[in-house]
Amino acid sequence: MGRITLDKVQKKFGEAEVIPPLDLTIEDGEFVVFVGPSGCGKSTLLRLIAGLEDVTNGEIRIDGNPATNLPPAKRGLAMVFQSYALYPHMSVRKNIAFPMKMAGMDQAEQDRRITKAAEALNLTDYLDRRPGQLSGGQRQRVAIGRAIVREPAAFLFDEPLSNLDAALRVGMRMEISELHAKLQTTMVYVTHDQVEAMTMADKIVVLRAGHIEQVGSPLELYHSPRNTFVASFIGSPKMNLLTGDIARSHDATTIGIRPEHLDVVERDGTFVGRVGVSEHLGSDTFFHVHIPQMEEPMTVRAGGEVGLRHGDTIHLHPQADKIHRFDAQGLRVA
Amino acid sequence: MARAITTQKKIMWTVLSWGIGLLIFFPIMWTFLTSFKTEATAISDPPVWFFFDWTLENYAAVLERSNYPLALTNSIVIALGSTLLGILIAVPAAWAMAFVPGKRTKDVLLWMLSTKMLPAVGVLYPLVLIAKYFDIMDSRILLVMILMLINLPIIVWMLYTYFREIPGEILEAARMDGANLKNEIIYVLTPMALPGIASTILLNIILAWNEAFWTIILTTVNAAPLTKFIASFSAPEGLFYAKLSAASIMAIAPILIMGWFSQKQLVRGLTFGAVK
Repeated sequence: MGRITLDKVQKKFGEAEVIPPLDLTIEDGEFVVFVGPSGCGKSTLLRLIAGLEDVTNGEIRIDGNPATNLPPAKRGLAMVFQSYALYPHMSVRKNIAFPMKMAGMDQAEQDRRITKAAEALNLTDYLDRRPGQLSGGQRQRVAIGRAIVREPAAFLFDEPLSNLDAALRVGMRMEISELHAKLQTTMVYVTHDQVEAMTMADKIVVLRAGHIEQVGSPLELYHSPRNTFVASFIGSPKMNLLTGDIARSHDATTIGIRPEHLDVVERDGTFVGRVGVSEHLGSDTFFHVHIPQMEEPMTVRAGGEVGLRHGDTIHLHPQADKIHRFDAQGLRVA
Repeated sequence: MARAITTQKKIMWTVLSWGIGLLIFFPIMWTFLTSFKTEATAISDPPVWFFFDWTLENYAAVLERSNYPLALTNSIVIALGSTLLGILIAVPAAWAMAFVPGKRTKDVLLWMLSTKMLPAVGVLYPLVLIAKYFDIMDSRILLVMILMLINLPIIVWMLYTYFREIPGEILEAARMDGANLKNEIIYVLTPMALPGIASTILLNIILAWNEAFWTIILTTVNAAPLTKFIASFSAPEGLFYAKLSAASIMAIAPILIMGWFSQKQLVRGLTFGAVK
């Protein structure tokens, strides 16, 4: 079981309020991702749940039991850190065994779980090595192994993939998702990378300056962002946000059109502009289009084979039902 | 050209280093040589260097006249005891200062160090009175306590600088893994800080071994360590240079040999963790 409830949880460092009072429920078995730009308080929020920081006001409950003042060791949660935080003086085996040793588990059960975790994480051949002799990906797997053997109520991940190279990151992302599918244990995952959030989460919590901007499934956030911040933060490349006459003609202060919802047409486009930088990815091409009456270039996703060059004129037509409208406060207009 | 200058400089530095090294080593070497001379040769003018009748009579005399094994035992007990007791107190103190610092942690550290600047004589009377009150004058336990207190600021400072090099996330990981404070210190912090703790222990054993003010004043016979043992040879019947030298060599030999074997650790200890 691992249902985590935050009730008006607030965190201040001295006078500075990092997290204003905030409510959030994480259901048992859910994969929840906290995402937001750096300094938005997502890591602090995770550390509050872990018990590594003290809550200034409010209450945290784990499976209905008050946990606000419990030390981290008593909360039954496991954490994977960005720096892996392995014990450098212990072998991989001892690293993985450490939480079980602290729990006073008998040796036979410890060995059984170590073997099982090592098999699942491809670490069997490395059990007698020290962390210093492992690659980054292997170290992260040891950290995950150390977390799973104690069968925690929930896993907490603090940007676990940031120190890995791009190829490895994709692989580890899949492994963590697989792990979640297999264990069905609650996972709370912090990242600044919206791609990680979109690909892994059941539920995304978008944070800005300690405030929750929106909570929802990846597709909910993609299809109906609650405000312009979420709209531009979720989705890659970023949504085009347009103001002025074009927005007024849609009864809004700002309208948003995602690059993939702009069609390149032969003539009579809603927007006519000049092609700037093109990014060819093979499957797709992203054009940055300069439109005379707009300050910022618009991003357009076109097929891989569209033969337009730098300086060519381009006609664009937005898909009418995919236009997002926002009012003067930046909030979504239904 | 550039190369020639470098070589010249190298030679210059080498000569200079050896010169300073020999200068510092000279008193120890002279004491060593004198300890094998007769009392007459020891004070002969001009001094005799190497070519004299080497004799062990001074060592025999020293061993006969005083209780060297007792003094050696006392020195070992006092140096090790005060250092280990100090470590036991300083590890939690340095842990608190390094990982949960408060607003005034730096001030506390500096204040602790400032006590090292207090002239020892200044607290002589109070300490003697306290020792008398508890009837522990001339006892090992008294010296263990006093030397521990004297060196505690240095032990805390050294451990503090070593602990600061340990990433806090690893200790947080231990906390998440279910370790309470005691287990966190025993299983994670201490093993990771072991090289630093070893340097601290070594340096403090040497400091305690060489401490000559309190050890001489607060002991008479029972707890007298090697410092008192040396001092006793410069006393009543006038100076006997050769015997004094023999006593000195016997007193410093153990610590000299220990220092020789642990040079690397010591250098790290003396730089207070500043150099990795």
